[in-house]
Amino acid sequence: MTTTTPPVATGAQDTSGGSTAAARVRKRLSTHTATMVAIVIAVVWTIPTFGLFISSLRPEAQIKTTGWWNFFRDPEFTLQNYQDVLFGQSASSGQLASYFINSLVITLPSVLFPLAFAAMAAYALAWINFRGRDWVYIAIFALQIVPLQMALVPLLSFFSRGVSLGGVTLMPAWNLDGAQNFAQVWFAHTCFALPFAVYLLHNFISQLPKDLMEAARVDGATHPKIFRTIVLPLVAPALAAFGIFQFLWVWNDLLVGLIFAGGSEVTAPLTVRLAELAGTRGNEWQRLTAGAFVSIVVPLIVFLSLQRYFVRGLLAGSVKG
Amino acid sequence: MNFDFAEQSPKLMMLLWGLVAFAVVVGGLLVLLDAVPSYFARRREAQFAAATASGAPLPGRSKPREGMFATFFLLPTVLLLMIGLVVPAIRTTLLSFMDGGSQNWVGLDNYRWMFAEDSIVRVLVNTLVWVTLVPLVATSIGLIYAVLVDKARLEVVAKSLIFMPMAISFVGASIIWKFVYAYRGEDQEQIGLLNQIVVSLGGEPRQWLLDSPLNTLLLIVIMVWIQAGFAMVVLSAAIKAIPADIVEAARLDGVTPWQMFWQITLPSIRPALIVVVVTISIATLKVFDIVRTSTNGNYDTSVIANEMYNQAFRYGQNGQGSALAVFLFILVIPIVIFQIRNLRQQRREG
Repeated sequence: MTTTTPPVATGAQDTSGGSTAAARVRKRLSTHTATMVAIVIAVVWTIPTFGLFISSLRPEAQIKTTGWWNFFRDPEFTLQNYQDVLFGQSASSGQLASYFINSLVITLPSVLFPLAFAAMAAYALAWINFRGRDWVYIAIFALQIVPLQMALVPLLSFFSRGVSLGGVTLMPAWNLDGAQNFAQVWFAHTCFALPFAVYLLHNFISQLPKDLMEAARVDGATHPKIFRTIVLPLVAPALAAFGIFQFLWVWNDLLVGLIFAGGSEVTAPLTVRLAELAGTRGNEWQRLTAGAFVSIVVPLIVFLSLQRYFVRGLLAGSVKG
Repeated sequence: MNFDFAEQSPKLMMLLWGLVAFAVVVGGLLVLLDAVPSYFARRREAQFAAATASGAPLPGRSKPREGMFATFFLLPTVLLLMIGLVVPAIRTTLLSFMDGGSQNWVGLDNYRWMFAEDSIVRVLVNTLVWVTLVPLVATSIGLIYAVLVDKARLEVVAKSLIFMPMAISFVGASIIWKFVYAYRGEDQEQIGLLNQIVVSLGGEPRQWLLDSPLNTLLLIVIMVWIQAGFAMVVLSAAIKAIPADIVEAARLDGVTPWQMFWQITLPSIRPALIVVVVTISIATLKVFDIVRTSTNGNYDTSVIANEMYNQAFRYGQNGQGSALAVFLFILVIPIVIFQIRNLRQQRREG
């Protein structure tokens, strides 16, 4: 795969290599040292994951007694660890298949809700003229800096006791049990995601051509119509960017899951279970290695296949400011 | 295989409900907004017709309609932010002046406790170490790597390798590194990479995560490992955006590569550099998962976010937990002010 670099491409890169400052720095700093440093960094960044992956495929007895690098001298391969950690019945085995489904159930609505709400809000803040628009935007923007730790204790009590202001009930207590607790997690994730989502999507939506919007208005299109037929298709890449962000964030989240999903296999996500296994069974490496990989594989696939959108969103969200 | 899919059906039903709720709320809102204006449009047409017939001045385009659209488009977001973030944040601030059971006002006691209790001072110091080291090291490594692989062969692959940890959860990353730090007695074969390296260099294996203050540094390595990819991607894009003619001019002036880096590259990417450092600093302040998964805050490794969780959700000390949350918020503010001032300066220059 890597050995078939076409010679033409290499030549083109060499001639253009001198055109950026960085490339010039790299070239003059004896290329050998530069390459070595880059390779060392790349190796340090990859080896730990690689080692864990190799270990997850080794039999339990071997994982616990010899280093994973012995795998290459004495390759013994098994999928037993995955079988155990996903479907095993004993309490210590992990039962990750169930938590895996929880993670899925938590993640999908937690991505969709903020995506839709934020897109609508961002459109209103960018293209509908109303008084106080800038202030609303600044307020939402500023909420990005509130750490979610600030919201945890009261939000949890809102769910259990409801919200009332001066005797008027604004939101009744939720009184959920079993699988219904997912709703709590969706709600929390949606709230916490909105400030960044509005900010990111506003960056894209406000930059759509003004002429286009005005032309649509002159043609008599209403805001909902413009939003649905013009804005949404045009900012699809931005929606994808936020979708990936939020997906990775929710799938990988521990804190919100820990507090709002409870610890049982009925609702808790993978991360909560894995953190628990790491704490209570820290030496059961056959389970931890396979378990970690079960949790890593989905975001990794999403990430690698949609990396382009992710990077675009990252740059829009952080640099444009 | 002992996996019962029937047991999972309530969850999948719940997911279905969630998706139906989504369709109803979002779809309903849009349909409603479509239907209401066409009612208004009909009424306006009628007014228009009446006005033309009687020769009265034509009714102007009604402003409140814009306001109504804005209200409905913003309603879900504003409502959720109020219930989920604004009101809770205010309540947390109030709770931080109350006792553990949120019954009595205790003034500044919780804040005094934070700075008087040795274990909490330790937590604050640890957080300080985190927030100093992680942005510095992660940004440096990201920058060095971005410069080194810029325009190199296989640049995309090389970047993906560093970037990949961003897709891995903090919990997963902690397990990955816990395995690197794993310890076996001296008489046994090592299974952790770090101890194996130490042993093969003639040293003695150590229980890395138990030794303070080294263990905090080893946890910081995990955060650096995750964040360097972010720094690298943003800085790499900034480097590629440096105008070629500036570089060319500098080259004609005969600057050395070092001068090129310090005088051209670095000043050109300064705005991106600041954004990266600020973003990583804020993420680091809130770090929770790594500490909880690796050591659960034991052996002097706890940080503010972790201690906040313990106080509020394990020991039932809502007051002290809230005070820690407020303190975390206060720590974020100067960083954000710094960034806003920089952005303003940039706008003035640009």
